[in-house]
Amino acid sequence: MLLLTCPCCGVSAEETEFTNGGEAHLKRFGPGSSDADYEAYMFARKNPRGVHFERWRHAYGCGKWFLMARDTMTLEVYGAYKAQTTEPPADIQAKIKARRPEWEGYK
Amino acid sequence: MSDAVSALNGQRASGLVDLADAGPMGMITLRGDLGLLGGALGSVLGLSAPELRRVVSGEKGQVLWMSPDELLVVLPYAEAPGVAAALEAALAGQFATVAVVSDARALIRVSGAQARDVLAKLMPIDFADFAVGELRRSRLAQVAAAVWRDSADEWSVVCFRSVAGYAFEALATVAQPGGEVGLYH
Ligand SMILES: [Zn+2]
Repeated sequence: MLLLTCPCCGVSAEETEFTNGGEAHLKRFGPGSSDADYEAYMFARKNPRGVHFERWRHAYGCGKWFLMARDTMTLEVYGAYKAQTTEPPADIQAKIKARRPEWEGYK
Repeated sequence: MSDAVSALNGQRASGLVDLADAGPMGMITLRGDLGLLGGALGSVLGLSAPELRRVVSGEKGQVLWMSPDELLVVLPYAEAPGVAAALEAALAGQFATVAVVSDARALIRVSGAQARDVLAKLMPIDFADFAVGELRRSRLAQVAAAVWRDSADEWSVVCFRSVAGYAFEALATVAQPGGEVGLYH
Protein backbone atom coordinates (compact mmCIF):
# COMPACT_ATOMS: atom_id res chain seq x y z
CA MET A 1 0.00 0.00 0.00
CA LEU A 2 1.35 3.39 -1.03
CA LEU A 3 0.64 6.57 0.88
CA LEU A 4 0.59 9.37 -1.68
CA THR A 5 0.33 13.15 -1.42
CA CYS A 6 -1.49 15.00 -4.18
CA PRO A 7 0.40 18.15 -5.22
CA CYS A 8 -2.86 19.72 -6.46
CA CYS A 9 -4.91 19.62 -3.25
CA GLY A 10 -2.32 18.65 -0.63
CA VAL A 11 -4.21 15.59 0.59
CA SER A 12 -2.19 12.63 1.79
CA ALA A 13 -4.17 9.50 1.20
CA GLU A 14 -3.80 5.85 0.54
CA GLU A 15 -3.31 4.39 -2.89
CA THR A 16 -6.95 3.40 -3.41
CA GLU A 17 -7.96 7.05 -3.69
CA PHE A 18 -5.69 7.39 -6.75
CA THR A 19 -5.31 5.72 -10.12
CA ASN A 20 -2.06 5.08 -11.92
CA GLY A 21 -1.83 6.48 -15.44
CA GLY A 22 1.34 4.81 -16.67
CA GLU A 23 4.70 6.25 -17.59
CA ALA A 24 5.22 10.02 -17.48
CA HIS A 25 7.17 12.34 -19.77
CA LEU A 26 6.36 10.49 -23.00
CA LYS A 27 7.12 12.40 -26.18
CA ARG A 28 4.28 12.11 -28.62
CA PHE A 29 4.94 10.99 -32.19
CA GLY A 30 1.84 11.52 -34.29
CA PRO A 31 0.99 11.70 -38.01
CA GLY A 32 4.05 12.15 -40.21
CA SER A 33 6.48 10.48 -37.81
CA SER A 34 8.43 7.36 -38.70
CA ASP A 35 6.91 3.95 -38.07
CA ALA A 36 9.63 3.16 -35.54
CA ASP A 37 9.05 6.37 -33.56
CA TYR A 38 5.28 5.90 -33.64
CA GLU A 39 5.54 2.28 -32.55
CA ALA A 40 7.86 3.21 -29.68
CA TYR A 41 5.54 6.01 -28.60
CA MET A 42 2.50 3.75 -28.70
CA PHE A 43 3.88 0.57 -27.21
CA ALA A 44 7.36 0.83 -25.71
CA ARG A 45 7.36 1.55 -21.98
CA LYS A 46 10.07 1.47 -19.38
CA ASN A 47 9.62 -1.19 -16.74
CA PRO A 48 12.47 -0.47 -14.35
CA ARG A 49 13.28 -2.16 -11.09
CA GLY A 50 13.95 1.10 -9.32
CA VAL A 51 13.30 4.76 -10.13
CA HIS A 52 10.19 5.33 -12.23
CA PHE A 53 8.33 8.48 -13.30
CA GLU A 54 4.59 8.00 -13.47
CA ARG A 55 1.32 9.77 -14.19
CA TRP A 56 -1.24 9.54 -11.40
CA ARG A 57 -4.73 10.88 -10.98
CA HIS A 58 -6.35 11.81 -7.68
CA ALA A 59 -9.42 10.01 -8.98
CA TYR A 60 -11.61 9.95 -5.86
CA GLY A 61 -10.30 13.27 -4.60
CA CYS A 62 -9.77 16.51 -6.50
CA GLY A 63 -9.74 14.65 -9.83
CA LYS A 64 -6.48 16.21 -11.01
CA TRP A 65 -3.65 14.51 -12.85
CA PHE A 66 -0.13 14.89 -11.51
CA LEU A 67 3.29 13.29 -11.93
CA MET A 68 5.27 11.34 -9.41
CA ALA A 69 8.75 9.90 -9.03
CA ARG A 70 8.84 6.69 -7.05
CA ASP A 71 10.79 3.51 -6.65
CA THR A 72 9.21 0.32 -7.95
CA MET A 73 11.47 -1.80 -5.77
CA THR A 74 11.37 -0.05 -2.39
CA LEU A 75 8.02 1.73 -2.98
CA GLU A 76 9.65 4.95 -1.76
CA VAL A 77 8.03 8.08 -3.17
CA TYR A 78 10.65 10.68 -4.14
CA GLY A 79 8.17 13.42 -4.89
CA ALA A 80 5.03 14.48 -6.73
CA TYR A 81 4.74 17.45 -9.05
CA LYS A 82 2.34 19.20 -11.42
CA ALA A 83 1.29 17.49 -14.63
CA GLN A 84 2.27 20.62 -16.55
CA THR A 85 5.98 19.77 -16.15
CA THR A 86 8.00 18.51 -19.11
CA GLU A 87 10.80 16.91 -17.13
CA PRO A 88 11.35 15.94 -13.48
CA PRO A 89 12.12 19.00 -11.30
CA ALA A 90 15.79 19.45 -10.38
CA ASP A 91 15.15 19.06 -6.63
CA ILE A 92 13.46 15.70 -7.11
CA GLN A 93 16.24 14.52 -9.41
CA ALA A 94 18.79 15.60 -6.79
CA LYS A 95 16.87 13.75 -4.08
CA ILE A 96 16.81 10.56 -6.15
CA LYS A 97 20.52 10.89 -6.89
CA ALA A 98 21.24 11.24 -3.17
CA ARG A 99 19.16 8.17 -2.32
CA ARG A 100 20.24 6.07 -5.30
CA PRO A 101 23.76 7.16 -6.45
CA GLU A 102 23.76 4.46 -9.15
CA TRP A 103 20.66 5.96 -10.82
CA GLU A 104 21.44 6.89 -14.41
CA GLY A 105 18.98 9.74 -14.89
CA TYR A 106 15.44 9.89 -16.15
CA LYS A 107 15.96 9.68 -19.95
CA MET B 1 -44.62 20.24 -12.86
CA SER B 2 -44.11 17.11 -10.80
CA ASP B 3 -42.79 17.27 -7.24
CA ALA B 4 -39.06 16.81 -6.78
CA VAL B 5 -38.14 13.72 -4.80
CA SER B 6 -34.67 12.95 -3.51
CA ALA B 7 -33.11 9.60 -4.36
CA LEU B 8 -33.46 8.40 -0.76
CA ASN B 9 -36.93 9.89 -0.36
CA GLY B 10 -36.54 10.88 3.26
CA GLN B 11 -34.95 7.64 4.40
CA ARG B 12 -33.64 7.47 7.97
CA ALA B 13 -31.71 4.96 10.03
CA SER B 14 -30.47 4.83 13.59
CA GLY B 15 -27.67 2.86 15.16
CA LEU B 16 -24.27 4.01 16.34
CA VAL B 17 -25.17 7.23 14.56
CA ASP B 18 -28.32 8.76 13.12
CA LEU B 19 -28.51 8.79 9.33
CA ALA B 20 -30.95 11.01 7.49
CA ASP B 21 -31.60 11.86 3.88
CA ALA B 22 -31.34 15.64 3.60
CA GLY B 23 -34.25 15.59 1.15
CA PRO B 24 -34.24 17.52 -2.11
CA MET B 25 -31.37 20.00 -1.90
CA GLY B 26 -30.38 22.66 -4.37
CA MET B 27 -26.87 22.16 -5.68
CA ILE B 28 -24.94 24.20 -8.20
CA THR B 29 -21.57 23.21 -9.61
CA LEU B 30 -19.23 26.04 -10.48
CA ARG B 31 -16.05 25.57 -12.47
CA GLY B 32 -13.40 28.13 -13.20
CA ASP B 33 -10.76 30.16 -11.42
CA LEU B 34 -11.72 30.18 -7.73
CA GLY B 35 -10.98 33.89 -7.39
CA LEU B 36 -13.36 34.61 -10.25
CA LEU B 37 -16.04 32.30 -8.80
CA GLY B 38 -15.59 33.90 -5.37
CA GLY B 39 -16.40 37.32 -6.81
CA ALA B 40 -19.64 36.04 -8.34
CA LEU B 41 -20.60 34.23 -5.12
CA GLY B 42 -19.99 37.41 -3.16
CA SER B 43 -22.27 39.51 -5.34
CA VAL B 44 -25.06 36.91 -5.63
CA LEU B 45 -25.08 35.13 -2.24
CA GLY B 46 -22.82 37.21 -0.02
CA LEU B 47 -20.57 34.17 0.34
CA SER B 48 -16.89 33.81 -0.52
CA ALA B 49 -14.99 31.02 -2.22
CA PRO B 50 -13.75 28.55 0.39
CA GLU B 51 -10.08 27.96 1.04
CA LEU B 52 -8.54 24.67 0.02
CA ARG B 53 -10.66 21.74 1.32
CA ARG B 54 -12.93 24.00 3.33
CA VAL B 55 -16.62 24.85 3.52
CA VAL B 56 -18.03 28.38 3.73
CA SER B 57 -21.43 28.61 5.40
CA GLY B 58 -23.85 31.51 5.44
CA GLU B 59 -27.52 32.27 5.78
CA LYS B 60 -28.23 31.53 2.15
CA GLY B 61 -26.36 28.26 1.92
CA GLN B 62 -22.98 26.59 1.84
CA VAL B 63 -20.13 26.68 -0.62
CA LEU B 64 -17.99 23.56 -0.75
CA TRP B 65 -14.48 23.30 -2.14
CA MET B 66 -14.44 20.44 -4.66
CA SER B 67 -11.13 20.82 -6.50
CA PRO B 68 -8.64 23.58 -7.40
CA ASP B 69 -11.13 24.79 -10.02
CA GLU B 70 -14.51 23.53 -8.80
CA LEU B 71 -17.01 24.56 -6.12
CA LEU B 72 -20.39 23.16 -5.10
CA VAL B 73 -23.07 25.49 -3.77
CA VAL B 74 -25.67 23.84 -1.51
CA LEU B 75 -28.89 25.76 -0.90
CA PRO B 76 -32.68 25.22 -0.68
CA TYR B 77 -33.95 23.20 -3.63
CA ALA B 78 -36.32 25.81 -5.05
CA GLU B 79 -33.67 28.53 -5.06
CA ALA B 80 -31.11 26.70 -7.21
CA PRO B 81 -32.39 27.71 -10.67
CA GLY B 82 -32.69 31.39 -9.76
CA VAL B 83 -29.31 31.56 -8.03
CA ALA B 84 -27.71 29.69 -10.93
CA ALA B 85 -29.14 32.23 -13.37
CA ALA B 86 -27.81 35.09 -11.25
CA LEU B 87 -24.37 33.44 -11.04
CA GLU B 88 -24.45 32.89 -14.79
CA ALA B 89 -25.18 36.58 -15.30
CA ALA B 90 -22.42 37.59 -12.88
CA LEU B 91 -19.95 35.39 -14.77
CA ALA B 92 -21.12 36.39 -18.26
CA GLY B 93 -18.26 36.47 -20.74
CA GLN B 94 -15.86 34.90 -18.26
CA PHE B 95 -14.23 31.48 -18.52
CA ALA B 96 -16.48 29.69 -16.05
CA THR B 97 -19.30 27.13 -15.97
CA VAL B 98 -22.48 27.12 -13.89
CA ALA B 99 -24.64 23.99 -13.76
CA VAL B 100 -27.57 23.02 -11.56
CA VAL B 101 -26.92 19.47 -10.31
CA SER B 102 -29.60 19.27 -7.60
CA ASP B 103 -31.15 16.12 -9.06
CA ALA B 104 -27.79 14.49 -9.75
CA ARG B 105 -26.63 14.26 -6.15
CA ALA B 106 -27.74 12.86 -2.83
CA LEU B 107 -26.96 14.41 0.54
CA ILE B 108 -26.90 12.30 3.71
CA ARG B 109 -26.62 13.78 7.22
CA VAL B 110 -24.66 11.72 9.72
CA SER B 111 -24.92 12.72 13.35
CA GLY B 112 -23.82 11.35 16.68
CA ALA B 113 -20.76 11.08 18.88
CA GLN B 114 -19.54 8.03 16.93
CA ALA B 115 -19.87 9.63 13.50
CA ARG B 116 -16.12 9.59 12.87
CA ASP B 117 -15.86 5.90 13.75
CA VAL B 118 -18.69 5.05 11.38
CA LEU B 119 -17.33 7.17 8.54
CA ALA B 120 -13.82 5.81 9.03
CA LYS B 121 -15.09 2.27 8.47
CA LEU B 122 -15.92 3.18 4.88
CA MET B 123 -13.64 6.08 4.00
CA PRO B 124 -9.80 5.98 3.84
CA ILE B 125 -9.49 9.21 5.83
CA ASP B 126 -7.74 10.03 9.08
CA PHE B 127 -10.47 11.80 11.01
CA ALA B 128 -8.31 12.60 14.04
CA ASP B 129 -7.59 16.19 13.03
CA PHE B 130 -10.68 16.77 10.89
CA ALA B 131 -11.86 20.26 11.84
CA VAL B 132 -15.35 21.75 11.73
CA GLY B 133 -15.70 23.40 8.32
CA GLU B 134 -13.21 21.04 6.70
CA LEU B 135 -14.08 18.89 3.67
CA ARG B 136 -12.57 15.83 2.06
CA ARG B 137 -13.38 14.26 -1.27
CA SER B 138 -12.63 10.59 -1.18
CA ARG B 139 -14.38 7.30 -1.56
CA LEU B 140 -17.11 5.77 0.58
CA ALA B 141 -16.69 2.00 0.25
CA GLN B 142 -16.67 1.66 -3.53
CA VAL B 143 -18.15 4.98 -4.65
CA ALA B 144 -16.93 8.57 -4.81
CA ALA B 145 -18.18 10.84 -2.04
CA ALA B 146 -17.33 14.06 -0.26
CA VAL B 147 -17.64 14.47 3.50
CA TRP B 148 -17.56 17.61 5.59
CA ARG B 149 -17.97 18.44 9.25
CA ASP B 150 -20.82 20.82 10.05
CA SER B 151 -20.28 20.76 13.83
CA ALA B 152 -18.64 18.53 16.42
CA ASP B 153 -21.12 15.67 15.95
CA GLU B 154 -22.78 16.60 12.65
CA TRP B 155 -21.39 15.52 9.31
CA SER B 156 -22.64 15.62 5.75
CA VAL B 157 -21.91 13.20 2.94
CA VAL B 158 -22.65 13.96 -0.69
CA CYS B 159 -22.53 11.38 -3.47
CA PHE B 160 -24.01 10.80 -6.89
CA ARG B 161 -27.74 10.13 -6.99
CA SER B 162 -27.27 6.81 -8.77
CA VAL B 163 -25.30 5.40 -5.81
CA ALA B 164 -27.36 7.04 -3.04
CA GLY B 165 -29.00 3.78 -2.00
CA TYR B 166 -25.66 1.99 -1.89
CA ALA B 167 -24.05 4.75 0.18
CA PHE B 168 -26.95 4.90 2.64
CA GLU B 169 -27.15 1.11 3.06
CA ALA B 170 -23.37 0.89 3.50
CA LEU B 171 -23.47 3.55 6.22
CA ALA B 172 -26.49 1.96 7.89
CA THR B 173 -24.78 -1.43 7.88
CA VAL B 174 -21.54 -0.27 9.51
CA ALA B 175 -23.56 1.79 12.00
CA GLN B 176 -25.37 -1.25 13.39
CA PRO B 177 -25.13 -1.61 17.18
CA GLY B 178 -22.43 -4.09 18.09
CA GLY B 179 -19.99 -2.60 15.64
CA GLU B 180 -18.55 0.01 17.97
CA VAL B 181 -14.92 0.87 17.31
CA GLY B 182 -14.11 3.47 19.94
CA LEU B 183 -11.22 4.89 17.93
CA TYR B 184 -12.18 8.54 18.10
CA HIS B 185 -13.21 10.12 21.38
ZN1 LIG C 1 -5.81 16.05 -5.17
